[in-house]
Amino acid sequence: MTSVEPRHLTNPDHLHLALALDGAGWHPAAWREPGARPDELFTAGYWTDLIQDAEAGGLDFVTIEDALGLQSQHYVPDPRTDQVRGRLDAVLIAARVAPLTRHIGLVPTVTVTHTEPFHVSKAIATLDYISSGRAGLRILVSGRRYEAGHFGRREIPEFRLADRDRPEFAALIADLFDEAADHVEVVRRLWDSWEDDAEIRDAVTGRFIDRGKLHYIDFEGRWFSVRGPSIVPRPPQGQPLVTALAHDVVPYRLAARSADLVYATPRDADHAAEIVATVRAAEAATGRPGDPLHIFGDLVVFLDAEPGAAAARRARLDEQAGRPYVSDARIFTGTPGELADLLLAGRAAGLTGFRLRPATIPHDSEAVSRDLVGELRRRGAFPERYQAPTLRGRLGLSRPANRYATT
Amino acid sequence: MTKPRKQIHLAAHFPGVNNTTVWSDPRSGSHIEFSSFVRLAQTAERAKFDFFFLAEGLRLREQGGEIYDLDVVGRPDTFTVLAALAAVTDRLGLAGTINSTFNEPYEVARQFATLDHLSAGRAAWNVVTSWDAFTGENFRRGGYLAQEDRYDRATTFMRTAWELFDSWPADEIVADPATGTFLRHPEPGRFAHQDRFFDIAGQFDVPRGPQGRPVIFQAGDSDEGREFAAATADAIFTRHGTLEAGQAFYADVKGRLARYGRTGDQLVVLPAATFVLGDTDDDAREEAAVIRRQQVSGATAIRFLEQLWNRDLSAYDPDGPLPEVDPVVGENTIAKGRASVRMYRDPLATAAGWRELAESKKLSIRELIIEVTGRQTFVGSAATIAGQINTMVQADASDGFILVPHITPGGLDEFADTVVPLLQEQGVFRTDYEGPTLRDHLGLGAPPGRPQTAR
Repeated sequence: MTSVEPRHLTNPDHLHLALALDGAGWHPAAWREPGARPDELFTAGYWTDLIQDAEAGGLDFVTIEDALGLQSQHYVPDPRTDQVRGRLDAVLIAARVAPLTRHIGLVPTVTVTHTEPFHVSKAIATLDYISSGRAGLRILVSGRRYEAGHFGRREIPEFRLADRDRPEFAALIADLFDEAADHVEVVRRLWDSWEDDAEIRDAVTGRFIDRGKLHYIDFEGRWFSVRGPSIVPRPPQGQPLVTALAHDVVPYRLAARSADLVYATPRDADHAAEIVATVRAAEAATGRPGDPLHIFGDLVVFLDAEPGAAAARRARLDEQAGRPYVSDARIFTGTPGELADLLLAGRAAGLTGFRLRPATIPHDSEAVSRDLVGELRRRGAFPERYQAPTLRGRLGLSRPANRYATT
Repeated sequence: MTKPRKQIHLAAHFPGVNNTTVWSDPRSGSHIEFSSFVRLAQTAERAKFDFFFLAEGLRLREQGGEIYDLDVVGRPDTFTVLAALAAVTDRLGLAGTINSTFNEPYEVARQFATLDHLSAGRAAWNVVTSWDAFTGENFRRGGYLAQEDRYDRATTFMRTAWELFDSWPADEIVADPATGTFLRHPEPGRFAHQDRFFDIAGQFDVPRGPQGRPVIFQAGDSDEGREFAAATADAIFTRHGTLEAGQAFYADVKGRLARYGRTGDQLVVLPAATFVLGDTDDDAREEAAVIRRQQVSGATAIRFLEQLWNRDLSAYDPDGPLPEVDPVVGENTIAKGRASVRMYRDPLATAAGWRELAESKKLSIRELIIEVTGRQTFVGSAATIAGQINTMVQADASDGFILVPHITPGGLDEFADTVVPLLQEQGVFRTDYEGPTLRDHLGLGAPPGRPQTAR
């Protein structure tokens, strides 16, 4: 029961597109825009509408931002009252929307630093069942001291980006990422801990399962040990999609070891080519089996059909926020045509897709799912309709063989 | 003055991983596919039930060192299924078991607060506690809890979660674009909690849900469990399905409430119940006997016996007499991950009782197990069952029942179609939901805490 989806269903001329959802949009003043629904951010209806809109545009998947603490502009909580604060659990948002969508992939953010791999594995496996094979997760490493304080099980010193070259922080980061790799390893082993045909319902012998097809995973690592097997049978995709955002070599290595897809933040096409080379080298160094890593570029987008309108809108939002918006990702301001040019240049540099962060919702998210998609389709760079039933299938990834299966 | 007639509460329990489920029945569907959960939940909502309930087990059961394979094995994640069910139901309460030993309060509180938002006020939490190292082997936290600490940990866990639920005033979100004010206060959700189990501080990140706090369920039957429920729970699950045992339990737990400044209507007593419906009472009795034989195969009977005997009895004939050897007393080494073995507090006495019964009625092992384990609570025609349920509730043996069908997922359909209308005709069960939240269905008031900002 492996590899049910032929790879040729994905067209090499096509770009992959994901939409990154976060509150009212990624610009801190987005919630004040006309059309925003700031008083509905904590309702099911809001998220359903957004994700259904992305599905109507044919996007491959949405990601849903999350963390184990309040949003802040820096690495410490801030006392601001003029920006969106508060979130809902991203896995549960994805689950809530899954029965109301049919095609789009659902990729919630999951912090792997303080959580139990056993719980994460069964939650995403269940999301995969509920969505009939459209689940993934975006793993997030938390180096935030205040988030560690919410769990009280370890101390994480406070540090800022500027500190990252200091040796004690480099060691901490290396540990956190090694722990994340162990976390994902456990999650993945648990997904495989039931073979696909383990449930036999054999009335003659009275056996519900063939227990020879259930496997202890017996993971022993520096941070934890987990026995298994999972309480959830192997999910429809076998291995739901694992994704990670990465800006540097340590996270690239984590992605190469553990993920199916990495989001990178190239400044331009040359930088994209450089990142692709670095990631591919990290990938080769791990000797990972199976499909190559997807490398998506992350972009914040302000999109308007009218030339100059997006820049004017960005300026107005910045003024409202009291300062210019900055991001770890490149900020694109322009028309769908200009964005299509940029995306195709990125693909030429080796990126396999893009994750777009709408500066405002619904303006920019709708502009992506309508205008940008329309523009890419005119250029033959985006499929007219969903072409595979599962998220892995849509990304041209095979259904992996079970690591424990002997037959 | 006559006592006013009580309104009955009913809930649907998605069948779990025990031998109640007759998985070999051709009508029996998946326990994993979401469509099964949708079917049962939508039937429960069509019948105006109070809530849908999902249990949890964090390690597959083992017996004799091997994964137990005679019952349904495997189940999906509780939170994920309940959140998805919120999309396909409108009013039905969504209750789930979540363990307080292998989780942390911050994470569980944000999951329940999220579920309450995403279901518009229908979330409920059955707080369970376990200490066993067997389950702990699946968790980085491990199995470290001393048995005598488990209720302390559970109580502390829940009270800590309450602090987090209550950390946002209900009107914290202003979201006024004109003035640019999103939050009323600069530091919402601030908390600090320190005790022997938890030392946590910071800011909670989910705004207060529609119900404030999820409805709290408790299922323990021990003295500590009852006290825990009286102090903290909104509803208690029990196994006392007979009139006399039910009345004794009901009086006991309701009697404990005053100590905590609570009144009788603030704790809803709900025994779990199985049922077999027939066109006549005789038909139902015949069907019930057939079902019991399906539920207890010869192999299952031996396994049950081993759970009490605490030894390998695989060489015994299920159609033969009970073993002459006595149970092994002490820690149960045969059955792992099964809470029910703890109910055998005095295995020698229980075994003696079983032997006596088997001898007097001339029962084989299998016949005995059919007799002494898991018999159906309600057996009869729709009219008989409606009458029994109403009698139990009006006689204060319970406030209603959590029904566990033996067929998944269609096993509640007939009950919904035949028993519920009779209860409705008698005016003891709602014909429609009166409010949107589970608290409304259960007649619970607003929770304590911080409904509005105090300024």
